[in-house]
Amino acid sequence: MLLRFSFITLLACALGFGQGRIGRPAPEERIKAMDITTMSNGAGLPEGKGTAAAGKSIYKEKCETCHNEKLEGREGQYPGLVGGIGSINTPKPAKTVGSYWPYATTVFDYIRRAMPYDQPGSLSSDEVYAVVALILSANGIIGENVEMNKTSLPKVKMPNAGNFVPDARPDVKAKR
Amino acid sequence: MKKDPSRRKLLSMGAGLAALTACTAEKQEAPSQVGKALSPYGERSSRETAKRLVPADSKTPSTGGSRTPLQESYGTITPSSLHFERHHSGVPDLDPATHELLIHGLVEQPLVYSLADLKRFPATTRVHFVECSGNGTSEYTAALGPTAQVSHGLASCSEWTGVPVKLLLAEAKLKPEAKWVIAEGGDACKLARSIPLAKLMDDAMIVYAQNGEAIRPEQGYPMRLLLPGFEGNTNVKWIRRLHATAEPAQTTHETAYYTDLMPDGKARQFSFDLEGKSVITHPSGGQKLTGGAGAFEITGLAWSGRGKITRVEVSSDGGKTWKDAELNQPIHSKAFVRFRMPWNWDGGAVTLQSRATDDSGYTQVSQDELAAARGRNYRYHNNGIKVWYIQPDGSVTHAAQV
Repeated sequence: MLLRFSFITLLACALGFGQGRIGRPAPEERIKAMDITTMSNGAGLPEGKGTAAAGKSIYKEKCETCHNEKLEGREGQYPGLVGGIGSINTPKPAKTVGSYWPYATTVFDYIRRAMPYDQPGSLSSDEVYAVVALILSANGIIGENVEMNKTSLPKVKMPNAGNFVPDARPDVKAKR
Repeated sequence: MKKDPSRRKLLSMGAGLAALTACTAEKQEAPSQVGKALSPYGERSSRETAKRLVPADSKTPSTGGSRTPLQESYGTITPSSLHFERHHSGVPDLDPATHELLIHGLVEQPLVYSLADLKRFPATTRVHFVECSGNGTSEYTAALGPTAQVSHGLASCSEWTGVPVKLLLAEAKLKPEAKWVIAEGGDACKLARSIPLAKLMDDAMIVYAQNGEAIRPEQGYPMRLLLPGFEGNTNVKWIRRLHATAEPAQTTHETAYYTDLMPDGKARQFSFDLEGKSVITHPSGGQKLTGGAGAFEITGLAWSGRGKITRVEVSSDGGKTWKDAELNQPIHSKAFVRFRMPWNWDGGAVTLQSRATDDSGYTQVSQDELAAARGRNYRYHNNGIKVWYIQPDGSVTHAAQV
């Protein structure tokens, strides 16, 4: 069978099959190593788990310098991660992970790819799940002992879910 | 032909007289000095000072934006060295010998492309602007930009060269379920945005050159996604992955950021098109009309993410009357257009503004009209009319009273 497959491959090469294509086939391992997409339905979430309790020590070590002791942010330059829930439709909205972000999976995706700021991509999947659990718990969205993993995380309903609408522009017409 | 001796004599006499006059009336010019030697890569004159505006007080200088000095620009092409920057985790140092673009997901054949691979395709070259959708954010509030660089400098225009994305997707053979593509950068934070497939099959390009040379590191070296007319953030720099999917991924930069909050608490999402916009660059904030009343040229830039600019009007009476400015040719779609108008300043206080119209029929409106429809927490996609105030002393400001 293997012999026959190789023969066909050889024959295809000899006949110049695929000659017009410039792109080279991507090896499966290469795709696996690079693919960090997380979809809002949970597709792409890795194995692993974490709770808010486990997240506390990781937060203290890797996040607190910027996001502050109580996840409230710092000096206007480092965003707050808690609070603001219920403020989004008021004249002074406080946009945080808790009040504004529509999907819990986005929190995982962003921390995995971009945090901590000075060492992005350095956290293990367990560490990311734990920090996500801590942020969701600090916002009162999940309980302190609820485990976040690839099954439970996409089921978390964020307070501002459903409040994102498609682009409605052009929405203002010039008067002449 | 015979030379006329009398004419020659006359000429030499004249030259002698001129030399005599020069010697007696003025000190002679110093002998000329031989200038600098040839150089392998040019630099501008040391006397020129136009530069990007970099935030001075940032605690995280690898994230944020630097702005193009539009008020010191000529024509429509932004020098690559002055192209605005917006980075989220700094400028990576990528090696074109090892960097590759991966195309995978809902495709029949996942593929990789090196820079050398991309250069085997027929190259496409086009002029397009890139603008951060946060350009003009502060104009929604009272914090009006004092110069065109502050108010509009997160926009620049270049000639880009690369490969249409649809050629790459054709090689990978999309599955019918593919409707979106997640574009991901090779910067430290792996910035990711979901792009509707229709845009990638339209005029999207992977570009590797800018203004006749390799694209600058700040602009995505060795390759970036260029989505003409779409908000800057989606033009993912240092592109390393295109992931075909059925749905958008809902990344941070399409939910938490680059979304526009309406007064009722609904947030507009996936607002890709940059609407028609213009700014007068001369006279503009921070400049001064010198030499008193009289002739000046009003000039500025206009652009639209929806197509070609067809008209720019200028008002010098606070918006009561408008006159058509001249548009420099050629006019490219989704590119900067230079407009000009001769103008006679009467030496008094003047309220000056411009409004652009594009070939979709859209015309710019005032900041107040935008705010009436969108509230003041809209944040991104501000294309309202920019107003400058000329004071009787010739100085130009961003507010009527200073």
